[in-house]
Amino acid sequence: MRGARFGDRLLHLYTWLVIVWLSSPIAVMILFGFNDKRSKSNTTWQGFTLRWYGELFDIPDLTVALRNTLVIALVSTVITVVIGTMLGLALGRHRFRGKGVTNFLVFAAISTPELVMGASLLSLFVSGNVPRDANTIIVSHVLFSLSFVVVTVRARVVTLDPSLEEAARDLGATAWGTFRQVTLPAIMPGVLAGAMLSFALSVDDYVVTSFVNGSTVTFPLWIVGAVKTGIPAQVNVMGTLIFGIGVLIAIANAVATRRRT
Amino acid sequence: MTELSAIELEDVVKEYHSHGEVVQAVKGVTLDIPEGEFFSLLGPSGCGKTTTMRMIAGFEAPSKGLVRLLGQDVTNVPPNKRDVNMVFQSYALFPHMSVWDNVAFGLKQRKTPQEEVKRRVGEMLEIVDLAGREKRMPRQMSGGQQQRVALARALVNRPRALLLDEPLGALDLKLRQAMQIELKRIQREVGITFVYVTHDQSEALTMSDRIAVMNDGLVEQLGGPHEIYERPATAFVAGFIGTSNLLTGAATGGELKIAGGRVLVPGHDGEVTVTVRPEKITIGTEEPARESSAVRGTVAEVVYLGTYNSYAVRLADGAEMTVFQQNAHDATATAERGDSVWLSWRAQHSYVIGS
Repeated sequence: MRGARFGDRLLHLYTWLVIVWLSSPIAVMILFGFNDKRSKSNTTWQGFTLRWYGELFDIPDLTVALRNTLVIALVSTVITVVIGTMLGLALGRHRFRGKGVTNFLVFAAISTPELVMGASLLSLFVSGNVPRDANTIIVSHVLFSLSFVVVTVRARVVTLDPSLEEAARDLGATAWGTFRQVTLPAIMPGVLAGAMLSFALSVDDYVVTSFVNGSTVTFPLWIVGAVKTGIPAQVNVMGTLIFGIGVLIAIANAVATRRRT
Repeated sequence: MTELSAIELEDVVKEYHSHGEVVQAVKGVTLDIPEGEFFSLLGPSGCGKTTTMRMIAGFEAPSKGLVRLLGQDVTNVPPNKRDVNMVFQSYALFPHMSVWDNVAFGLKQRKTPQEEVKRRVGEMLEIVDLAGREKRMPRQMSGGQQQRVALARALVNRPRALLLDEPLGALDLKLRQAMQIELKRIQREVGITFVYVTHDQSEALTMSDRIAVMNDGLVEQLGGPHEIYERPATAFVAGFIGTSNLLTGAATGGELKIAGGRVLVPGHDGEVTVTVRPEKITIGTEEPARESSAVRGTVAEVVYLGTYNSYAVRLADGAEMTVFQQNAHDATATAERGDSVWLSWRAQHSYVIGS
């Protein structure tokens, strides 16, 4: 009895340690968004202020970089989700020639080091004479996010009772009607999870983007560039806001999933 | 009842290709199911009964042959344009829709006016005894209730035929028996042709007007429950429907000599296979009269089954016969293990297969 209680306490302690460890970088990021700093660097606490929230868009290059990142993340996520859902459905549902190879490629895309992917994409674009800009960034982001959407959708599809779609057809639904009314709602948790992963991967990608960006600057690229001169507190504020939106979406998804299944 | 056929299958064949080999799941089935009939496809798993039903529903295209609904050739019509509906073994209720939305699904696909959808879904839920549960989600319901939602969802479209694929398989015995009676009542109420796929012979016997017993892709026998039970066309049917004792040999002068006895088969000569139902046989210690079939044997096993005792009796040649004896008067067995007994039955209870 005593032993069990001690074990429980140990587990509690361990759990909290993990939570603190995981969230402390985020807490520091949020905290230093309120730092009333005077110097260029933002590493020592100098007092509380809301100034940086007011002057959020006062650094034009940073604002452009943030906008680029959000647009690229949004566009690449939409493309990734559409292609990835179709691939996930095909791999989870059907048997076809080349299925094994496709499954392997999906896995390979996840396990390839970003450095390798970035370098090879750059040589591909250069040898194909493709100008590097936001479009090449989007193409690259779709490429490395795609597998994650495929995996989450496929996992959902294989648990789906195939007679659900047959029932819809039997009750008079067209192929498209069946997908819209039955298949898509059933695999939605997988699609949303894939979309969130894809968006998150795109927003903070540095390695691949740095190879294929041309002269387009994204949020992570701008931050890395600013490291030498000192990171402005606006970066913390933007990070806080992006994180906050992410948390809201995650909560909404969790609530929706609980209501659905 | 009209003479119009609800469903006709004409020499329907279904072939699959696997690993370069052609496998025939259905090897040529011809059926003619009149309107309003409760028709069962009965057989062991892998006999082709589900494939046959799926060809009626339109989920599988026949490799050969024709499918007609009310005289109209629908062989190449997709399932969403066929006027039949199906109740799936897994029910296949849409998990993200309420009971009401599940039942209304088919009508909405047909762009039925909202007022009519409301009226028909309400009526249907009344028939399946689920009024007041419209807002429930499928996962909040018991197996029996889900089953009735699936039934309502199909019937609300007033299909020309309802196809049921082992719909009671997932329910426990008591509920299954209650649903059998319920299904029969609903079928009478709506007057729609039911095609019922099952491997459970008692289910088929209880509910069906006619039964097609299938084996290995072919229909072995087609007939009413009584006919199939009393006059099995093949040894397979005799064995699959209930319990049967099969006796084979050469008959001379209407009598078949077997080890330790005789079987009367009036009017038959030459090689015959005879089936005798276990409940038609009397077990006793005295030699029966000349006008019965009779055989001597030793009781190998007695099993008490509540309403009756089941005896396994070993004949002189090692063959075993099964005998059921009702526990009408007292529960004590007539004979015990090791006893030497006489089995006897009337001449009319020896049914010669294929005659």
